[in-house]
Amino acid sequence: MDALPLAAPRPRPSAGVLGLAALLVLAYGIVPLTGTSYLFEALLTPFLALALAGLGLNLLTGYAGLLSLGSAAFMAVGAYAAFNLSLRLPFLPLPAAILLGGLVAALAGLVAGLPALRLRGFYLAVSTLAVQFFVAWALNRIGWISNDSPSGIITAPGLVVAGLSFDDPRGRYLFSLSVVTLLTVLAWRLVASPTGRNLVAIRDNETAARLVGVKVARTKLLAFAVSSFVIGIAGALWAFAYLRTVEPAGFNLDRSFQILFIVIIGGLGTLRGAFLGAGFIAVLPLLLSRLGAAVLGDGFDSGTLEMVQRMVLGALIVAVLIREPAGLAALLDRAGRRLGRRAA
Amino acid sequence: MQPALRPVRSGPEGRRPLPRSAARPAALPVAGGSPHRDRAGLVLSIEGLSLAFGGTVAFAEIDLAVGAGEIHAVIGPNGAGKSSLINAVTGLYAPQAGRVRIGAEAFARVPAGRLAALGVARTFQNLALFAGLSVRDNVLSGLAAARRAGLGAQILGLPAARREALAHRDAAEAVIGRLGLGAVADRPAGRLPYGLQKRVELGRALVARPRLLLLDEPMAGMTATEKAEMTGFIRAARETSGAAIVLIEHDIGVVMRLSDRVTVLDHGRRIATGTPAQVQADPAVIAAYLGLADEDADAEAA
Ligand SMILES: Nc1ncnc2c1ncn2[C@@H]1O[C@H](COP(=O)(O)OP(=O)(O)OP(=O)(O)O)[C@@H](O)[C@H]1O
Ligand SMILES: [Mg+2]
Repeated sequence: MDALPLAAPRPRPSAGVLGLAALLVLAYGIVPLTGTSYLFEALLTPFLALALAGLGLNLLTGYAGLLSLGSAAFMAVGAYAAFNLSLRLPFLPLPAAILLGGLVAALAGLVAGLPALRLRGFYLAVSTLAVQFFVAWALNRIGWISNDSPSGIITAPGLVVAGLSFDDPRGRYLFSLSVVTLLTVLAWRLVASPTGRNLVAIRDNETAARLVGVKVARTKLLAFAVSSFVIGIAGALWAFAYLRTVEPAGFNLDRSFQILFIVIIGGLGTLRGAFLGAGFIAVLPLLLSRLGAAVLGDGFDSGTLEMVQRMVLGALIVAVLIREPAGLAALLDRAGRRLGRRAA
Repeated sequence: MQPALRPVRSGPEGRRPLPRSAARPAALPVAGGSPHRDRAGLVLSIEGLSLAFGGTVAFAEIDLAVGAGEIHAVIGPNGAGKSSLINAVTGLYAPQAGRVRIGAEAFARVPAGRLAALGVARTFQNLALFAGLSVRDNVLSGLAAARRAGLGAQILGLPAARREALAHRDAAEAVIGRLGLGAVADRPAGRLPYGLQKRVELGRALVARPRLLLLDEPMAGMTATEKAEMTGFIRAARETSGAAIVLIEHDIGVVMRLSDRVTVLDHGRRIATGTPAQVQADPAVIAAYLGLADEDADAEAA
């Protein structure tokens, strides 16, 4: 795609566009009408927040080739900034607080991205790990951030937009869905733009990119800022719409790895990879535990179940990556092509 | 690295008896060369450029001048320092002595990030494509320096950004068409056969209409047919844009057919500069190539 999806003459809507439209009808029309609270709360809302975080990380790692292990830190910055903004500036509408929270995360990303001008690969990953630890430390040590709550856990403000309450399971799902849709469109516009091309150019050959005139340092910092913005908003969704509390434990190193897994297993450098990966990582454990409960009965020890679950998940991840190192997105592409060939 | 260079610097012309045609090129008679031999008309002028890696001299005291519309071949055995010279001209290596003049500006170290803005483009001996981008996007990326629209304008699709994107797309399509890459324009560049990848790299360099084009072995590893095509593309590039072209090439036949002037490097030293015929007849060159040039010339004549 180029930067002109509307102006470019298109022969007829492609299968991708039709599929996307169908997906939106499903997500906005059918699911809200038929879904249960359990579906919204336990599956869809966390799936959306994780997919958004994966989308943000994919811009940085998948497109620009900059490895980060600090995603949860940027989620935390976004969530805590949005919380503090809505707490201390009560006149601020919630969407504005979340948006500003994302911008604070972008700023943090910009600072965290400075080492990327010197480091790459493994060394860069370690420097983002330092960001992760620093944020965890700050959340524990600076009481002001969590409004001096003794446990460090604070209740998130209710989801009210322009007098409209989204404070029930379906509302929280719809709110998350809208935010994710909007940001996905923006991310799609970004990767289809000349700047998106520059991100990939830097990933694939930094020297050649510099010589053709890509401003390498500026573009890397931009990648960090935009990625952290998206991840920060995902953090706000995670806290406000899913957990309904803001707590450091939601944003630990495990979360960073989880988001990295989402991106790798979904497919680096594709937007739908984040959604496929998030689906895999977020939904599968729930399905597995249900399956386990059904097969083994309720009396089964839940600790063992969780361990078995993790092992199955790990095995599945390895299986997918051996079958298709480019992730689920590529696997799906291939399946789609095969189907198309059979149909033709 | 300094000690290794000092002897070179102290005796620039005296160490090795240089053949007559190896005098400073700017002072050479125009015979057979480009009409633009005066400094004002030069697109590229390399003056006394030296580079060593630790104790290894990549090249030393190199002088080379290329005018607009000139195809200037740089030849020499493996390890002669040809690629290093181009890397120094494009700012990837920092030479220890000498200057590089590009147009009106002189540099002790060429700023790599400004190269495209200076009107310089290059290809690499070992491919340096953006493997994950399509052929079209690779060619488009050659216009990165010409982009003016900001990120916001691009994302929102503001008129200025759309006009620019359209103009760039047209320029890229024209190059893709000229190089016969239309059929593979949407394929990821990294999945193409080697010969086509080389062509994509040329396209990425050509799309910005550079004043100076540096080609590091654009035909290496190609079949005879591919070489003939590539020769045609390079000649056409000179014809249409009037670019000055520096061409590193091992195939002496191609060099003789294509270039206006030839500079010969051996062990990092310039041993000859002149027209293809002059260089071919040069005893120092023949010695450097151990008679290879001779045989090639015979093959040419046959
Ligand atoms: N980055 C580098 N670090 C150390 N030494 C280098 C580097 N680049 C080149 N050299 C050395 O400089 C010398 C010249 O190498 P260069 O690649 O310029 O030769 P060349 O003429 O392009 O050879 P070829 O025809 O094989 O491409 C060689 O001895 C090489 O080992
Ligand atoms: Mg070389």
